[in-house]
Amino acid sequence: MLGVNSNDAPGAEHVMNFDFSEDLNMLREQARRFLTERCPPAAARKALEGGPALDTALWQEIAGLGWLGAAVSEEYGGIGLGHEGLCVLAEEIGRAIAPVPFSSSVYLATEALVLFGTEEQKQARLPALCSGARIGTFALAEGPGNPSPRGVAARVTGGRLSGSKWPVLDGEVADFAVVVAQDGDAGLALFAVDLAGSGVSRAPLRTVDPSRSQSRITFDGAPAERIGTDAFAWADVERLIDRAAVLLAFEQVGGATQCLEMATAYAKERTAFGRPIGSFQAIKHKLADVYIATELARSNAYYGAWALSTDAPELPVAAAAARVAGNDAYHLASKENIQTHGGMGFTWQLDCHLYYRRSKMLSLTLGSQPYWRERLVSGFEARVEAQDKAAA
Amino acid sequence: MDFSDTPEEAAFRADVQKFLNANATLRKPGDPAQRVRYLEGPEPLRAAKAWQAKKADAGYAGITWDARWGGRGGTPIQQVIYNQEERRYNVPRGFFEIGLGMCIPTMMTYATQEQCERYVRPALRGEEIWCQLFSEPSAGSDVAGLRTRAERDGDDWVINGQKIWTSGAHYCDYGIVLTRTDPNVPKHAGLTMFFIDMKSPGIEVRRIKQISGSSNFNEVFFTDVRVPDAQRLGAVGAGWRVSITTLMNERLEVGEAPGPDSEDFLRFARKIDVDGEPAIRNPAVREKLASWLIQTEGLKYTRFRTMTALSRGQAPGPEASIAKVVGANKLQDIASVGMDLLGMSGAVMDPDLVPLQGWFQEALLYAPGSRIAGGTDEILRNIIAERVLGLPADVRVDKHQPFNELTRS
Repeated sequence: MLGVNSNDAPGAEHVMNFDFSEDLNMLREQARRFLTERCPPAAARKALEGGPALDTALWQEIAGLGWLGAAVSEEYGGIGLGHEGLCVLAEEIGRAIAPVPFSSSVYLATEALVLFGTEEQKQARLPALCSGARIGTFALAEGPGNPSPRGVAARVTGGRLSGSKWPVLDGEVADFAVVVAQDGDAGLALFAVDLAGSGVSRAPLRTVDPSRSQSRITFDGAPAERIGTDAFAWADVERLIDRAAVLLAFEQVGGATQCLEMATAYAKERTAFGRPIGSFQAIKHKLADVYIATELARSNAYYGAWALSTDAPELPVAAAAARVAGNDAYHLASKENIQTHGGMGFTWQLDCHLYYRRSKMLSLTLGSQPYWRERLVSGFEARVEAQDKAAA
Repeated sequence: MDFSDTPEEAAFRADVQKFLNANATLRKPGDPAQRVRYLEGPEPLRAAKAWQAKKADAGYAGITWDARWGGRGGTPIQQVIYNQEERRYNVPRGFFEIGLGMCIPTMMTYATQEQCERYVRPALRGEEIWCQLFSEPSAGSDVAGLRTRAERDGDDWVINGQKIWTSGAHYCDYGIVLTRTDPNVPKHAGLTMFFIDMKSPGIEVRRIKQISGSSNFNEVFFTDVRVPDAQRLGAVGAGWRVSITTLMNERLEVGEAPGPDSEDFLRFARKIDVDGEPAIRNPAVREKLASWLIQTEGLKYTRFRTMTALSRGQAPGPEASIAKVVGANKLQDIASVGMDLLGMSGAVMDPDLVPLQGWFQEALLYAPGSRIAGGTDEILRNIIAERVLGLPADVRVDKHQPFNELTRS
């Protein structure tokens, strides 16, 4: 069907349908309209300024639109739109810097159950996730460090989890967590743990982006239900985070695009030295570079969307490329948005900092830039090795 | 979203593959592609002409051109498919792109029916080669500031002046030349376009030796060169508008600079040792490689998005500008770091002594040209800023002043 591993020219490229369908582009328009109205930057600002950790009404409306179950089949309460549809929504959520636990609950908790849960677990848990009645999150980190099996000390013994997980994104608003832990002495597994249950204590963390809560969660003999019965390994954790990484990359592309639009609009209206600042090449070239980085990130994310929605073996490399490009683009776009706005961009009053905060927060979620760069390069090493072997 | 051809596209691709398999050899993975814009000497030119004729006779030279000019009357997407397939083979490149991509489309828009009948088909078959004479020593990025004069004399025009950076002028048969016919009006308004026989008396071509030592470009001097008015393209004073037709095609033709790319560097870094282990194990090398990979991948999938837009009947966007800015800078960076991996011997470019026959060293020397030719990095950023982002044009002090009253360097 395709020869997409053909960067070095030999090997055909067959690509004529590398964009979202008309239906999904309509979904994008609807999502943008909804979020512009119901979730302007003021929503993120409210959370930042000490408002409630979750706007429950907004979350319920999002659930009502079917977004929480966009990629979940109808038998489990979803709308069966598939992962391309979820990518479109992720971009819009990112553009709106929506202060909702969408990524934690949808890309991670829901996906973990879909990928690894037993039939019974899916039936028991997915409908509540899709309806927004329950919020899930994902607990991997145990303090500083990037994703690694060596970093997992939390352990379940006799159905009880003990250990400490931090930071846990959206930890303050989640009802349960999908926790990566040692399954006794049998290696790693995923466990669903009720965060309101016994043996769980959680404390909010101060972070650079308070528009999404983060927690330190301590488990002391908390009841834990193993997700699935099949053998489980670190590669399965990677599969879960690679899939989520593509969706996070779309959030980054959405955020970067919004920053570029803000900076461009301001550069057209703000005058200095008797002319709009956007007519100076110092500003033009800066924003052209932001545009280039954003388009490269978008194209890498599209490849990720293809790999995610077709469950292609290229997913690890595609996800890493989408993440590395997304991190770079959003970082550049959010900092140069402040720069273009000058002193006003540095004020609390303007919204520029909301994106700057979100950009850094997203780039640390599920591993920082060095982690994803390493995943990208090692993925390409393996690809080149395989190509050379095949040619020899 | 998928990577499949439609049935019609798949059938076309199969035909193309059949043609290429019968007439050319496949490149092996990791083989350096053709390194320079074209190869010097009479033999490569002869081979290129033979290949072009074969391609034209099989209907693959002017895929989107009208059948009456020897074209196929096909779609842009068929052109893309052909290009994708041809890239996988060792075939001569670099002689006809400017003529067929820029000059002849301009002829087809502005020349008479008879002139098109005379010139289009021989160009398509590679029998006659065309060049584009726009840039001048004092008119590079600001090409509308050109000074080469054309003055009316009876049925002729007489051209005096100098052009520069004319690719392939030394082997070209015809060219399109942008001249100043009225210096008393603002610069864009006083230009007129002609096509000329490069063998006309009064034309002198001098090759330019570039940093890289090769000479793809030329200076072209005009001394009382007579051109019939019948060879004027567009109205007198409308040369700027005519040149836009030509230049719109330029960046699509120039595209990404050829040379070592991310995966070539990766293969190289796996083989070469630094401090007793393969260079690829070095974290600094891996970090660099990661940045290039997202660019290479990003450009590739941006191209796929463009093809999709074409396939859906939409106009392509400014992707070609992105590809050129990113590609040329990446090339320069990869060449430099590739040489760094060789340590103290990095500067040696003797093909017998250094890996990949000195590919990185050669690339280092021609990469600066890639950032300039066909629109500098700076001009391309202006284009993105103004045409894509809609930022206001820069203040132009010379826009409304008559050309002959401008401050000049």
